[in-house]
Amino acid sequence: MAKLNRIQMSALPPPVLDRRQAVPALIERPEDFLVVAGLAGTAQELTAMTADAPFVFGLGGAMGAAPMMGLGLALARPDRRVLVVTGDGALLMTLGALAAIAVQNPPNLSIVCVDNGHYGETGNQDSHTGLGVALDAIARGAGIPAVHRIDTMAEMAEGRRLLAEPGLCFILLRVTEGPAAKIKRTLSPHVVRDRFRAALAAAG
Amino acid sequence: MAEFDRDTGTSLWPHEVYDLLRRAGVTQFAYVPDAGHKVLIDRSLADPDAHSVPLTTEEEGVALLAGADLGGARGVLLMQSSGVGNCINMLSLTAGARFPFLALVSMRGDYGEGNPWQYPMGQAVQPVLEAMGVICLRVTEPADVVPAVAAALTMAFQSGQAVAVLLTQKLIGAKPF
Repeated sequence: MAKLNRIQMSALPPPVLDRRQAVPALIERPEDFLVVAGLAGTAQELTAMTADAPFVFGLGGAMGAAPMMGLGLALARPDRRVLVVTGDGALLMTLGALAAIAVQNPPNLSIVCVDNGHYGETGNQDSHTGLGVALDAIARGAGIPAVHRIDTMAEMAEGRRLLAEPGLCFILLRVTEGPAAKIKRTLSPHVVRDRFRAALAAAG
Repeated sequence: MAEFDRDTGTSLWPHEVYDLLRRAGVTQFAYVPDAGHKVLIDRSLADPDAHSVPLTTEEEGVALLAGADLGGARGVLLMQSSGVGNCINMLSLTAGARFPFLALVSMRGDYGEGNPWQYPMGQAVQPVLEAMGVICLRVTEPADVVPAVAAALTMAFQSGQAVAVLLTQKLIGAKPF
């Protein structure tokens, strides 16, 4: 990796948190949200945390869709809280979405980026965040009003507070590389769509 | 009906299209700015009951409309033909999950285009959209715009299809170079 510039200006501490504990510690009550989860790890863990509940739309493709799907959902349902959970690789693919979301500023949308600094599904290559790109600084620059970075358990309580209160927020949860929670989930997107809509219609 | 002026957006049908979209329950207007959609963009910004969502790239709009549908809302993506290429992989979401999809595409790179940069994507719009399962309705006459958008609304939100209305340069005029 000597060919790639390791970015020094952000000076991020090495990640120490294991996502299998850190994600449930941050998102204590996923059932309080309508959830859009990105590819791979984040969709797996939100599916596992909710026992494959219908109010979780987990992506299996269309990388980078989650933040803007969350925005469309949040604008459609201002009476519900919407949570986007995405990996760093997927978010890097759609950084402009942070700007598009900031200028809407929906008070019922929260974005959590589970940042392991790697492309875990494709051979564990370093992602740009693993080389020092700071997504919290990008979110702040985009104009997200509340931005919080979690490097250790000490910053977890503030993240939970942001998720519990109204207001658009972005939380960068930095974790070590390693497996996410595993669960068998349906990969048929039309089934996931239909059951999500049906559950939401039934809930009113 | 008056000629459409692509720089000022003056003519009647863009206003009729906006009113039609709103009557059909469309509340989310997503766009990367284009002169061809000026009236719809300005109307959505002025409309207290609609969300006007400027995008940084068109594929964001594909995802936004999917999220809107999850929440039971309806949206439309307004873009220039060059933006269609930015949407292609994101349309996997639309096709795979069978999300309704409605786009209005102001064309460049077709009838009378004076900028050679616009031809590769302009000429590829219909084949690549169709390859991703999006039905294309081409409009060349002002009198056909409102009926085409009405048809597309039915196809998208009653029949669950992905539909793009292509507003050709014969309709909206070629930008002078």
